[in-house]
Amino acid sequence: MTQAATQASTPAPAEPVVRVEGLRKRYGDKLALDGVDLEVHEQEVVAVLGPSGSGKSTLVRCIHQLETIEGGAIHLDGELLGYEAHRGGYRTLSENRVCVQRRRMGMVFQQFNLFPHWTVLKNIAEPAMSVHGQSRRQAEERARDLLDRVGLADKADVHPRHLSGGQQQRVAIARAVATRPRVVLFDEPTSALDPELVGEVLKVMKDLAETGMTMVVVTHEMEFARDVATRCVFMADGKVVEEAPSDQFFSAPRSERLRSFLSRYSGERRSPTDLEKVSS
Amino acid sequence: MAVDTALANPTTARPDAAIARPRFRPGRLAAVVVLVAATVLVLVWAATNPRFEWGVVGDLMFDPSVMAGLGMTLLLTVVCMALGTALGTAAAAGQLSDFGPVRWSCQIYVGLLRGVPPLVQLIFWFNLAYLVPRLSIGLPGADPVASWSVNELITPLTAAIIGLSLHESAYMAEIIRAGIMSVDSGQRDAARAMGYSRHQTFWKIVVPQAMRVIVPPSGSQFIALLKGTSLVSVITLTDLLYSVQIIYGRTYQVVPLLLVAVIWYLIVVTLLTLVQRRIERRLGRGYDRTTSARVRARSLEGDPA
Ligand SMILES: Nc1ncnc2c1ncn2[C@@H]1O[C@H](COP(=O)(O)OP(=O)(O)OP(=O)(O)O)[C@@H](O)[C@H]1O
Ligand SMILES: [Mg+2]
Repeated sequence: MTQAATQASTPAPAEPVVRVEGLRKRYGDKLALDGVDLEVHEQEVVAVLGPSGSGKSTLVRCIHQLETIEGGAIHLDGELLGYEAHRGGYRTLSENRVCVQRRRMGMVFQQFNLFPHWTVLKNIAEPAMSVHGQSRRQAEERARDLLDRVGLADKADVHPRHLSGGQQQRVAIARAVATRPRVVLFDEPTSALDPELVGEVLKVMKDLAETGMTMVVVTHEMEFARDVATRCVFMADGKVVEEAPSDQFFSAPRSERLRSFLSRYSGERRSPTDLEKVSS
Repeated sequence: MAVDTALANPTTARPDAAIARPRFRPGRLAAVVVLVAATVLVLVWAATNPRFEWGVVGDLMFDPSVMAGLGMTLLLTVVCMALGTALGTAAAAGQLSDFGPVRWSCQIYVGLLRGVPPLVQLIFWFNLAYLVPRLSIGLPGADPVASWSVNELITPLTAAIIGLSLHESAYMAEIIRAGIMSVDSGQRDAARAMGYSRHQTFWKIVVPQAMRVIVPPSGSQFIALLKGTSLVSVITLTDLLYSVQIIYGRTYQVVPLLLVAVIWYLIVVTLLTLVQRRIERRLGRGYDRTTSARVRARSLEGDPA
């Protein structure tokens, strides 16, 4: 896809791909998201960082409408997600319309969540066929092309359980982008992996970012956030505490909470970084 | 210590598992003796006791009315299992609904039908005409579009099918519900994230994975249903049991005719068990190695590790 074509499909030049406004999400008595605002623009890679329980997973799950929300609004390319105007107010969308909206986003999970009863090729091609109505030939051609790009061309016909965690996650990324989503959401894609497998997955994500894919990445990988993400968001207690372009985020943190969060990671730097290792 | 033992029991050969003899186990020998003796006793008793009338058993094994009864038993089993599974799937899906009224009705349905003994249900459905003399379709107050006498609708066969199917559906609902719940919630998340509709998620992703949990107890359920069909003899439906009862009611050869029925039940159940084993092996194939998605310790967050 050329850049001009991508931009032509954007409704208004200034409209972000994802716009989250005042998002509130409650689990029982616990307020998991307490008024979150976030904009993700075309071709941006936004890293979401923060301590455990700060609401990072909840945020991406809400954007993908895997959770119902209690307040605020989420827009995709200017279109309100999950709700529609009705008699001077708003009402929830039908389940089918929600499905249609979800099809324009992709998601990569911490636990990969590949479909174990299907081969790798079918995992990638099936949604394109039965959700997007592509022909088998077209869908499988694209699936093979993507498998090649994530370095797993020879694994098309095996079942996911015969792959390592890193390989499974690379397949999951191929699956998420197979239907050409507007944005791909990642929820800690490397946290379930053995340390030596993290690099291969980050490499695939970095390649994806370089193709101009718009991405939101919840992660604990600081090198990735600094080197690949264009912008970083720091969350704590269900709120966005600080937000800055990646270089500023790490070099000049403004809030005390972010400073202490970052200082906990400073000892954890790998050298040479995994990213450098795989790209060399 | 090792040296002491070696001195106390001097062995000439070097230790090697290949030359070790198995230990003598007296308990096992005793068990074999008892089992062989019991088997021989039972066989001799069965073969020499004239009251078994093995000749009659042989003559009536393939008697046309016995064959017809066997056919009815098999037909009832297959039809009730199919209807029970269809209703059970709906009841299971209803029990897992996030919409309260549907969930509660399905829970009550399953609770009621599981709680009432199947024999009681059969008699109840057979006597339905007493409660509901006519069945009509139409608007209240207007002339009915269609109307039937329940007495004519409820034959022994329809009563048997209704009673056994409903009973079966409650058990299948529980089995299917357990199967559905055994599928990791991440699978449903991933399916919805890919844009699959509820319907597609259920049939493409959840059901195929739930099958491994659903099939083994369903096989047992199928066998239990086959034996359970013998209850229909109380509402005079000529299944396998009732057709041999009719014959021995005439000839008083109770034992040999019951043996005919027993042998047929055993043959069918054994065949079903073999089929069940084979299906289970197919479904289980390749699932022995589970993915080891090890969650990396969150030590970076300051958790004490
Ligand atoms: N399904 C749920 N039911 C109840 N509470 C939940 C649920 N999911 C999340 N929470 C709560 O919401 C809060 C935010 O959780 P969330 O999973 O979004 O955190 P996170 O930032 O992703 O943390 P982590 O780094 O551990 O993944 C937590 O306090 C959590 O306990
Ligand atoms: Mg999380």
